[in-house]
Amino acid sequence: MAKAMTKHSDAQSIPVSFTLNGRLQEIEVEPHELLLDLVREQLGLTGAKRSCDVEVCGACTLLVDGRPVSACTTLAFEVRGRSVLTIEGLAQDGKLHPLQEAFIEHGGFQCGFCTPGMILAAKALLDENPDPSEAELKHFMHGNICRCTGYKKIIESIMAAAKRMRAKA
Amino acid sequence: MLRRFRLEEPESVAEAAELLGRFGESAKVYAGGTELLLAMKEGLVQYERLINVKKLTGLSDVTTADGALVIGALCTHHQLENSPVLRDKLPALTKLEQNVANVRVRQVGTIGGNICFAEPHADPGTLLIALGAKMIAEKSSSKREITAEDFFVDAYETALQADEVLTKIQVPIPAPNARSAYLKFGYLERPSVGVAVAFNLNGGVSGVRIAVGCAGPAPRRVAEAEALLEGKSKDEALRHVAEAGAAAGRAAQAISDLHGSQEYKEHIVGVLLKRAFQSALS
Repeated sequence: MAKAMTKHSDAQSIPVSFTLNGRLQEIEVEPHELLLDLVREQLGLTGAKRSCDVEVCGACTLLVDGRPVSACTTLAFEVRGRSVLTIEGLAQDGKLHPLQEAFIEHGGFQCGFCTPGMILAAKALLDENPDPSEAELKHFMHGNICRCTGYKKIIESIMAAAKRMRAKA
Repeated sequence: MLRRFRLEEPESVAEAAELLGRFGESAKVYAGGTELLLAMKEGLVQYERLINVKKLTGLSDVTTADGALVIGALCTHHQLENSPVLRDKLPALTKLEQNVANVRVRQVGTIGGNICFAEPHADPGTLLIALGAKMIAEKSSSKREITAEDFFVDAYETALQADEVLTKIQVPIPAPNARSAYLKFGYLERPSVGVAVAFNLNGGVSGVRIAVGCAGPAPRRVAEAEALLEGKSKDEALRHVAEAGAAAGRAAQAISDLHGSQEYKEHIVGVLLKRAFQSALS
């Protein structure tokens, strides 16, 4: 890793073994490195976006052991022994996840910047509550901000995906 | 960007307290990091060491002992919003926890961290004051209780000593006739004002405790407002609640900031107290 060359001579190195999109990763990080930088800069997965940088907007949402976290404010070493899912790991064998299909069919995005976070947060919601009411959906998703759509299409997309996922289950 | 720091990972409270004592102000306890890391990224605070307390055992669950709920300081907001014993005994705290920040912050943020960081615009401290909670502070060889009321000293300042670790929060299990509610209002990410009320209902209203948070530098109990409702019948109390709200507003030590002017916050305290009281009664 090129990054390792620039590390401080007295830097503390923490071995981190974790699963990223289903594949085992064994790396070393310094305590101050952020999960978002690890994923975007070192591992080249740029689906998660740095936007507000203060845990408010949800554009950097990743799932750690299935639960949403703000990667912008998560220390990279915290994923030791855990399973991380980014938007790049959601499609299986070239087939989009029902949430991804529904966002396309229902126009659940415009510029697309918030979409990876929206879809991952929605996945966490539907994994825990496959049949959410609209109020439950809004409560869960209120920390993911879309600055284009006005949310109506996003809600429709998630509801449609939920229905499809329930039918398959 | 975060500046480089060293990470310590103690495996006992004694070890954590020893590290805090040894490194003093150059070290800080780190749990969920949802508030601390933001301040560090902004460069508002800087530490040479973070002491990750998440390896400490026995501080991550909710139990009952001696008539009190005992909440481990490492419980995340997510754990608390889903805790069956909390929902059964303290539904007002469950509801508060369901509405802290957003789902990602609740996932990793801990109640202990929230309380110790003592950000003025936070929720739990206000309700814990009204519920008569006690904070358990431990160091290498000793342990003490601090009432929630005495715990919050000023903005970002608590009664904890430099080498003390908050380990547990004890909340007396409310009597069957006890009522409580917490309401907040704001238009930014964090609340502008939070109001908590707790009392017993035996025909009349007794043991009234009211606390106001977010309005000023630290959550505080407002005895002036409590006195106006204490010992009143339900109807009388409802008639006096606007007056109590005005008293609570005046006593809240509200300050003007981005979340509203002093006058605005004092007004909102009154509105929220009235609604919280009505909601607790219903």
